[in-house]
Amino acid sequence: MLRNIAITAASVLALSSGAHAAGTEQHIEDFAFSFEGPFGTFDEHQLQRGLQVFTEVCSACHGMKQVRIGELSEEGGPSLPEDQVRAYAANLSVVDKETGEDRPATPADKFPPNTGAGAPDLSVIAKARAAFHGPYGLGINQFFRGIGGPEYIHALLTGYTGEEKEEAGTTFYENHAFSTGWIAMPAPLSDDLVTYQDGTPATVEQMSEDVAAFLMWAAEPKMMARKQAGFVGVLFLGLLSVLLYLTNKRLWASIKGKKAAA
Amino acid sequence: MAGIPHDHYEPKSGFEQWLHRRLPVVSLIYDTLMIPTPKNLNWWWIWGIVLAFCLVLQIATGIVLAMHYTPHVDMAFASVEHIMRDVNGGHMLRYLHANGASLFFLAVYIHIFRGLFYGSYKAPREVTWIVGMIIYLLMMGTAFMGYVLPWGQMSFWGATVITGLFGAIPGIGEAIQTWLLGGPAVDNATLNRFFSLHYLLPFVIAALVAVHIWAFHTTGNNNPTGVEVRRGSKAEAEKDTLPFWPYFVIKDLFALAVVLMIFFAVVGFMPNYLGHPDNYIEANPLATPAHIVPEWYFLPFYAILRAFTSDVWVVMFANWVTFGIVDAKFFGVIAMFGSIAVMALVPWLDTSNVRSGKYRPMFRWWFYLLVIDFVVLMWCGSMPAEPPYSTISLIGAAYWFAYFLVILPILGIIEKPLTPPATIEEDFKAHYGAHPAE
Repeated sequence: MLRNIAITAASVLALSSGAHAAGTEQHIEDFAFSFEGPFGTFDEHQLQRGLQVFTEVCSACHGMKQVRIGELSEEGGPSLPEDQVRAYAANLSVVDKETGEDRPATPADKFPPNTGAGAPDLSVIAKARAAFHGPYGLGINQFFRGIGGPEYIHALLTGYTGEEKEEAGTTFYENHAFSTGWIAMPAPLSDDLVTYQDGTPATVEQMSEDVAAFLMWAAEPKMMARKQAGFVGVLFLGLLSVLLYLTNKRLWASIKGKKAAA
Repeated sequence: MAGIPHDHYEPKSGFEQWLHRRLPVVSLIYDTLMIPTPKNLNWWWIWGIVLAFCLVLQIATGIVLAMHYTPHVDMAFASVEHIMRDVNGGHMLRYLHANGASLFFLAVYIHIFRGLFYGSYKAPREVTWIVGMIIYLLMMGTAFMGYVLPWGQMSFWGATVITGLFGAIPGIGEAIQTWLLGGPAVDNATLNRFFSLHYLLPFVIAALVAVHIWAFHTTGNNNPTGVEVRRGSKAEAEKDTLPFWPYFVIKDLFALAVVLMIFFAVVGFMPNYLGHPDNYIEANPLATPAHIVPEWYFLPFYAILRAFTSDVWVVMFANWVTFGIVDAKFFGVIAMFGSIAVMALVPWLDTSNVRSGKYRPMFRWWFYLLVIDFVVLMWCGSMPAEPPYSTISLIGAAYWFAYFLVILPILGIIEKPLTPPATIEEDFKAHYGAHPAE
């Protein structure tokens, strides 16, 4: 048995040095988004800015086919007025299911699908990516910092080094947040690429934060309702636990009698 | 074996007598609820109620989810998003159901290890144990098929890997795999039958749970001392026991409320913590994920499956004596199913006369090591199949088999157990002093 323990201990040591070496390749910064933690909420102004970045930049290639346009006016999201959402939808073109022809979208339609080849759909991308792992596969970092989808998006959009290379006819751009270090998507953001309606300076940093927050909302539009339900659930179950504890104590008191002096 | 003597239901009013002669259902409920229960049960005995609750939770949420889900490869992923976005309370239902599976397995593992420590599997409770093991296997099948339904990347590739296990059976394997999948690969036919079975199996589990309860209501509960309730007379039995209602119902409900409070915090605040991000990518048969990892509750057995590579001497030996029929892949499959089979056979592998681990000074250390082994295997299952994890998995798998096949049979012979208390009453009094009424 001692031998097993020794082997295990040696392996854990070997493992830790290996993990440190691997950790230097992909670096993703933790980021305090407003929607993190049990009581975190979306900042609707940030979501509106993020929507603007998505509309003017990302949607050139990326689709968001699972998200209904009308969700933009629902509670706990960007909360746009319904007439604005109708106007927003009318600018988008969708294929009518019945006629098979293009027509202006309505809030009941989904966002259009991808147009760029190889560009992933962004509907739930913020839940499909992880920034934090370990240590040693134990999931402790994810417990404290979250899974980190929005952090990943933010790091990816700000992680370009400016280097590029060509392989088999495709240009790859160096990006420290991407798993292989080289990504086929060119740096999509540059300072003042969009003009924010609320006057916020549109730096690359600002735009990546905003669009990361927006994509988290798109992936989890009911987050605020869910946290509220969770909180109410914990509160009521806590109250019920106390009542049941007291009931149980009283019920057993006559059976247990006095605790024996140890 | 005669049950523990206790009061039985006496129909009083005319209607009760009328019904009782035709269908003694009230009597059944009465006897089930008033079953004499050892009064010294500790907090490890609460997980049965949690499990019963989980089954009800999964069936209730699952039936509603099935109303909105579409089992088709082109629509399954989108229908889950439809549940998350458009169905009233759909996001809560889905997260309750997905995390409910985790609570179910957490509870079943604690329940199983409780049985292993206190010797609940020993005579006369072997049938309860075996039925429990069948329930556990069905739970694994149900959970596995349920994980395929959202049709994400892990759904698809998990299904491909696990059904591939059957393909490893020499000769007939490929035919069995094709029959299971309904085609040469995981596709629409697979998704449809998995949905059908995922809906069916919980009801089979519910029926077996009734058998499980029936069996231990016949033998009586085990308890922390492993000493049987005295059954000479009703008065004697009453010194060792209390009726299930209200004493244990209230106790169990209190524990359930505490467990559910933690469960609700997970569902409300971190519902995707136990899932895998890759399952939010729609299934793509052309893109294999970098690491295919099953859900956390399968990891220990996944580690055992992968531990037996072709360079391990037992695998080479098995390969040699079977003239190459048993290869590393098939050996891994046998080891994985074998690891559960040895657990199912533990009533006949444990040779000790003393039931509870509390009175077995050597046993308990081997048992604690088994718990640690289980956790280490779980961790190895989540790591890539490469050194040092493969070595640790192999040691872990070896200990798992050694515990059941070597250590338990030998311990019963060489160990000198302590003397358990003569009665449950004596144990209870040692903890809580005399009954004030006596």
